[in-house]
Amino acid sequence: MVVARGDLQQLLDALTAQGYQVLGPRVRDGAIQYDELSSLADLPIGWTDRQDGGFYRLEKRDDEALFGYVVGPSSWKRFLHPPTVTLWRSRRTEEGFELVESPQDPPKYAFFGVRPCELHAISIQDRVFLQGPYVDPIYRSRRAGIFVVAVNCGQAGGTCFCTSMGTGPRARKGFDLALTELLGPERHEFVVEVGSPAGAEILAQVAHRPATPEDRARVAEIEAETSRQMGRQMETAGLKELLYTNLEHPRWEEVASRCLTCANCTMVCPTCFCTTVEDVTDLTGQEAERRRLWDSCFTMEFSYMHGGSVRSSARSRYRQWMTHKLATWQDQFDVIGCVGCGRCITWCPVGIDITQEVAAIRGEPVT
Amino acid sequence: MPTRRQRPKLAVWKFASCDGCQLSLLDCEDELLAVADAVEIAYFPEATRAVVRGPYDVSLVEGSITTPHDAERIRQVRKASRFLVTIGACATAGGIQALRNFQDVEEFITLVYAQPQYIETLERSTPIAEHVFVDFELRGCPINKMQLLEVVNAYLNGRKPNIPTYSVCLECKRQGNLCVMVAHGTPCLGPVTQAGCGALCPAYDRGCYACFGPQDSPNTGSLAHWWQTRLDVPRDDLVRAFRGFNAYAEPFRKESEAHEQ
Repeated sequence: MVVARGDLQQLLDALTAQGYQVLGPRVRDGAIQYDELSSLADLPIGWTDRQDGGFYRLEKRDDEALFGYVVGPSSWKRFLHPPTVTLWRSRRTEEGFELVESPQDPPKYAFFGVRPCELHAISIQDRVFLQGPYVDPIYRSRRAGIFVVAVNCGQAGGTCFCTSMGTGPRARKGFDLALTELLGPERHEFVVEVGSPAGAEILAQVAHRPATPEDRARVAEIEAETSRQMGRQMETAGLKELLYTNLEHPRWEEVASRCLTCANCTMVCPTCFCTTVEDVTDLTGQEAERRRLWDSCFTMEFSYMHGGSVRSSARSRYRQWMTHKLATWQDQFDVIGCVGCGRCITWCPVGIDITQEVAAIRGEPVT
Repeated sequence: MPTRRQRPKLAVWKFASCDGCQLSLLDCEDELLAVADAVEIAYFPEATRAVVRGPYDVSLVEGSITTPHDAERIRQVRKASRFLVTIGACATAGGIQALRNFQDVEEFITLVYAQPQYIETLERSTPIAEHVFVDFELRGCPINKMQLLEVVNAYLNGRKPNIPTYSVCLECKRQGNLCVMVAHGTPCLGPVTQAGCGALCPAYDRGCYACFGPQDSPNTGSLAHWWQTRLDVPRDDLVRAFRGFNAYAEPFRKESEAHEQ
């Protein structure tokens, strides 16, 4: 189906009318970040992003594209797996203590503008939180009701490598509706693909026309053009074995000399899921609560056991992160933990590049 | 759980400092009554002239050691205290006054004072832990009052305080702050600085000034290299950046010295 630019607001209205809180990309503080959308006018219309290792800038486009950029620092993880959550509260009693219910009542979210790499990231977190022996009830309750409007990428960013990871630039599944923006001197339309009955129901409330063979051909062309623009690439063949057989490679020491162990890569990664818990009390010791916070394998305390940290060096922490993401993740979850979104490259304050680290360990020349 | 028939006695001591950190305790307006209920404020000249004799269960120590008299007095404080917690950059790193550690103090004295013979001072401003055993160091310039409450709270409840030693970046990212270094090209010390302030400056579009001192595994050399090569920060500015409130904290001291012409 095809929806005209002028009718797309109806999609947002239909979602709002069904009680969804619509979240999508907006310009905030000089970057594209996910936030509440009340109308299409909130989107970063006519903006694009220039990205490189440790570098991100917004720039004006010479058109009025709604989705003419890629991903910013925040991912949908923020909403499905929030940075801080109270797990439970308790109160002291005569006999011991009692738990105080803290009901989790997440809003009904519609994610508007989810990129194909991000859909894959969500499906990876689904495996981690929902499909293992221990289900995370917080993730489950937030994930259950979401409506996903995916957007296929019409251009790739400087640190993108989704084609290497097989996660984009076009969404194949995991959405209710998927949009491809068709933009030309004479036209501004969206090809809409329906991915679920809920998607069909919403689309029925939006003015649309059937897609022509030319429209479909244009969608395929856009996918091919975007694929050719990837700013980065990573060879994934034999990746697991490569890393398992190179645990003592001198490159780990080299990257450790640059790594700040600041944890930014893990915070922006849409699949990194580690958390820590801390217990807090009131001054009188009558009430206590346990909080869960995003944590990172780059902190010293992350691997603290009696007597000290197991991974006290930056070398061991970087190696842990990268081998987990690309190799042990496969043993653990049957999938590579990286979706090629490029966030860890862009948001590393010193531009450490996971694709270059892989290339270096392969023995390929790196810049 | 500890029974609390008697409230623990709390003392607040001052050495070379601006008073800002101990003021944080008085700034706990909403919580102050609860604190006063939970502990006996036994010695706190900034708040009250009433003094309860020691020994004290908990001593909060503000300020650095800068005179021979300080060096003697801190030993007395240690003797009178069961738990000794240092609060703020002066007490934990020597403070802004540790800038003199990089210069000749005699020269300052003769320049500043008309009667320099009355000035009795040490060559360096040093943290409390260089003189006596410290049970816990609470960083910051000034300290974060919520962290101070957390330390008191943890002590009262017999648990470890939740005071992380990782970088400011975790606070920024959890809060959803945009990275000012990557997105704006603003030099920021957050990646090498310990969390605790709630990423205050980056939240207002400024780079971090490292008020909370070095994080537990700071790679200052890599950050400085990036500032120089990508953000065009001159060497003099690099020296100044690392010579702030925590100038004499070892990783910062070494980094600033490495860039001194």
